[in-house]
Amino acid sequence: MTEKLPSPDPLISLETQPFWDATAKGELRICRCRQCRSYIWYPRSICPFCMAEDCELVPASGGGTIYSFTITRRGSGAYKDSGPYVLAYVELDEGPRVMTNIVGIAPDEVRIGSRVGVTFDPAEERGWSLPRFAPETVA
Amino acid sequence: MSRTAQAFIAGAFEHPKRSLPDKTVPQIHAEVAVGALNDAGLSLRDVDAFFCAGDAPGFGGISMAEYLGLKLSYIDSTDTGGSSYLAHIGHARAAIAQGKCSVALITLAGKARESAKAKGSVQTLRDDAPEYGFEDVFGTSIAGKYALCAKRHMHEFGTTSEQLAEIKVAASVHAQHNENAFLRKVVTIEDVLSSPMISDPLHRLDCCVVTDGGGALVVVSPEVARALPRRCVKVLGHGEAIKHADVGRLDLTHTGAVWSGPRAFAEARLTPDDIDYASIYDSFTITVLMTLEDLGFCKKGEGGRFVLDGNLISGVGKLPFNTDGGGLCNNHPRNRGGMTKVIEAVRQLRGEAHPAVQVPDCRLALAHGTGGSISTRMGSVTLLLGSEDA
Ligand SMILES: [Zn+2]
Repeated sequence: MTEKLPSPDPLISLETQPFWDATAKGELRICRCRQCRSYIWYPRSICPFCMAEDCELVPASGGGTIYSFTITRRGSGAYKDSGPYVLAYVELDEGPRVMTNIVGIAPDEVRIGSRVGVTFDPAEERGWSLPRFAPETVA
Repeated sequence: MSRTAQAFIAGAFEHPKRSLPDKTVPQIHAEVAVGALNDAGLSLRDVDAFFCAGDAPGFGGISMAEYLGLKLSYIDSTDTGGSSYLAHIGHARAAIAQGKCSVALITLAGKARESAKAKGSVQTLRDDAPEYGFEDVFGTSIAGKYALCAKRHMHEFGTTSEQLAEIKVAASVHAQHNENAFLRKVVTIEDVLSSPMISDPLHRLDCCVVTDGGGALVVVSPEVARALPRRCVKVLGHGEAIKHADVGRLDLTHTGAVWSGPRAFAEARLTPDDIDYASIYDSFTITVLMTLEDLGFCKKGEGGRFVLDGNLISGVGKLPFNTDGGGLCNNHPRNRGGMTKVIEAVRQLRGEAHPAVQVPDCRLALAHGTGGSISTRMGSVTLLLGSEDA
């Protein structure tokens, strides 16, 4: 099992505040345009597909598959003492490919194409939590 | 055949040093500017256009114009990372064709070794970037981001670490002849595979060097080129593209070169088969492999086989690349390898590369720049260049 990874401040903006508020409750939400129904990652105010300033956050299934990953042997900054950890792109069931970490599994056992589900560290008083992904069926 | 060109590269200069603790960044910009102008047979007084990117200090081009005493009618500080200087050549050609200027100076300088030591790693993303909270917080690194592409490429096409290592080997075979190269030792596939893993599948020797230094280029109008005694290089084609995460729809199996390459080839009316020498951006071995596919030197997914058996080594293979040793062995000043890609292409087209790596009768060359990260967002620029008699 990977040790608990650090949670560097995502520098929440006016645009991303509702997304991060949901993470504090353990919910992954995804931005979608009300006009053209496109999913938009990361969340933003204006739809790049149809120019509507009419985007909403909807609950994501939280499931996805690993699109690619790498085991970083030695991190820097907040990750300098994290030991080997997995940086990955997960393809959400809704479509977008999102950068994240794979946790809850030995890095050597991570595989492209494996099913994963979102997991959050407790937000405590902080008010936000980073969406990471772990194998869907944890023993 | 004599191809016409709207602009010529008249001067090129690479700073000979790889560690410059006792110089300031503006000083290095000035040293390479003087070096390139001397090479062209021109002076600072002749310059009427200045091009620089994010490595220029202070108020960028305006600060450097003052430091150098330039009187300018045109300025451009386009920053597409390491590919900026190739974009500058395309932009300079357009400005010259419009009559806005006739002698354009392009400079790059920096002290990457110092800042890497200070920060413990090389990090360039600004924390006001809208993507910051959705990427950097997960412990990204430059190598990690390139590794994500390498891993996916291996998964889809069966590319191997040995194939990636072949690219480093080829660069090192060239670098042994470059007395200024940061790494001059010829390495083997085994050396690459046994070097420490940084972010799998990329080993330390899959990565480029971190160096101080810089380089400069002088781009001139056909009229100015005709009056100079120096052999000038024709700018025949230029293509640009920006590739980004595409609102979550990103594809890690290609780079922006799939768009910039065809634009440049179409403009120059050339194909990959016409190319005698190629400077391919080489921040990592995977950068080269994917770029070769995307530029059309081989089919998508066949890059691993294309680089085998010394195919990139001058005098051995079909496509001699990075004969100065490239960013993988020679120089990657300020973590921006585009400038040195153009400089080595100019040496080849003038017949002034090291005799051990000079491509015989080199008439048509390609130089490709990649800025940013191939797994997130990048600026891709392809140039097609010709010798004076091309
Ligand atoms: Zn829309």
